[in-house]
Amino acid sequence: MQAIVQQFFNFGIMAKALPLVLTGLRTTLLICLVVIPLGLSGGVLVAAISLSRNAPFRRITRLLVDLFRALPPLVLLIMVYSGLPFIGIRLTPLAAVSIAFFLNNSSYYGEIFRAGIESVPSGQWEAARSTGLSATQTFLFVVLPQAVRNVLPDLVSNTIEVVKLTSLASVVSMPEMLYSADMARSLTFNASPIVLAAAIYLAILWPAVRLVSRLEHAVAR
Amino acid sequence: MERFVDTFFKPSILASTWPAIAKGMLVTIEIAVLVVITGLALGLALAVLRTLRNRLLDFVIIIFIDFFRAIPPLVAVLLIYFGLPNVGIKIPSFAVLWLVLSLVLAAFAEEIFWAGILSVRRGQWEAARSTGLGAGQTLAFVVLPQAIRLAVPPLTNRTIAIIKNTALGTVIGVPEIINNATTAVSFLGNATPLMMGAIAYLILFAPIVALGSFIERRFAWRR
Repeated sequence: MQAIVQQFFNFGIMAKALPLVLTGLRTTLLICLVVIPLGLSGGVLVAAISLSRNAPFRRITRLLVDLFRALPPLVLLIMVYSGLPFIGIRLTPLAAVSIAFFLNNSSYYGEIFRAGIESVPSGQWEAARSTGLSATQTFLFVVLPQAVRNVLPDLVSNTIEVVKLTSLASVVSMPEMLYSADMARSLTFNASPIVLAAAIYLAILWPAVRLVSRLEHAVAR
Repeated sequence: MERFVDTFFKPSILASTWPAIAKGMLVTIEIAVLVVITGLALGLALAVLRTLRNRLLDFVIIIFIDFFRAIPPLVAVLLIYFGLPNVGIKIPSFAVLWLVLSLVLAAFAEEIFWAGILSVRRGQWEAARSTGLGAGQTLAFVVLPQAIRLAVPPLTNRTIAIIKNTALGTVIGVPEIINNATTAVSFLGNATPLMMGAIAYLILFAPIVALGSFIERRFAWRR
């Protein structure tokens, strides 16, 4: 018992690791700020294309979505980070993370937005068009807001997954929170810094997880 | 074009590396199957425990599932892999990955199964009990079959997303696909094994993802 406390809940070591872990947290937040808006806008684009009437374009998009959903995000990241240099494209870790997660996240967000858009009755389209709004205006101002409301739990839930995904950036030596905590672990031979990082993830994401449960039960009823 | 083929699909490397990739595929499949079995079983068991409506038990279960829904799996993997040996518990990397992913899947599955159980109407319970079935029988033969049916579409996609995390094993040295591929890349200085690894994942997961979308559409159950 003593050993477990010593190894996982050593507050002295946590206090020493805190500044490093907090620096990592800033990088984690930076990644989130880049990756979440990119994924959301990519997702809207993917949904708009997969519902468009342009058949070849639509099929290619569907194929890409299935492709990027079949590859584990870590594999996508490793391919972008260590594969592209072979054709002379050397990316910074942040660029690699942004590209890999953009491909993965737009596919997931895209599927969610598509389900949302399909849930809006076609009468809404027709009514909006008949008032003189253009197709683009109808999509942006009439259909999309209703679609978002219908799939809000899924959007929040996927965003939680994206925040958790940022921990993969540690694999390409991006000094985000998990990377910093793991560095502190290897310096101190003690797992407490990782427990500290886990606690910070929990503090950030636990309210969101509760919110999703709330939203899901509210929709189910 | 020739340079491109030589960098990403070099025939000699394709021939020499495929056994390593195939072995990685087997490891990935083994872990994925084990995770699906233990994760879903534990998730269902926890959901059933919640039908007892014991406040203390509910509290413990909710803490457990919230924890594993909020923590990045890689954090849990590193925590267990590097932490436990220092307190005298030796646990192989394969088992660490299996354990963590099972717990993550159990957390999500519990939530989905429980939502399914909740959405079975009260009248079903009452009608079943009034025919003389016991509480356990009602749960097993009347409520759970309906709840599980409701749970299938969301559960399929969640399960797929979680078993793709078997790739995290590479960080702690589990010899699965991407680990074997990156080892070969750094050994050979050529990107061919990386492409082989990606293709191996597509072979394993593309059919499952397609199946998931199909099930989602097919099982969508309107009451």
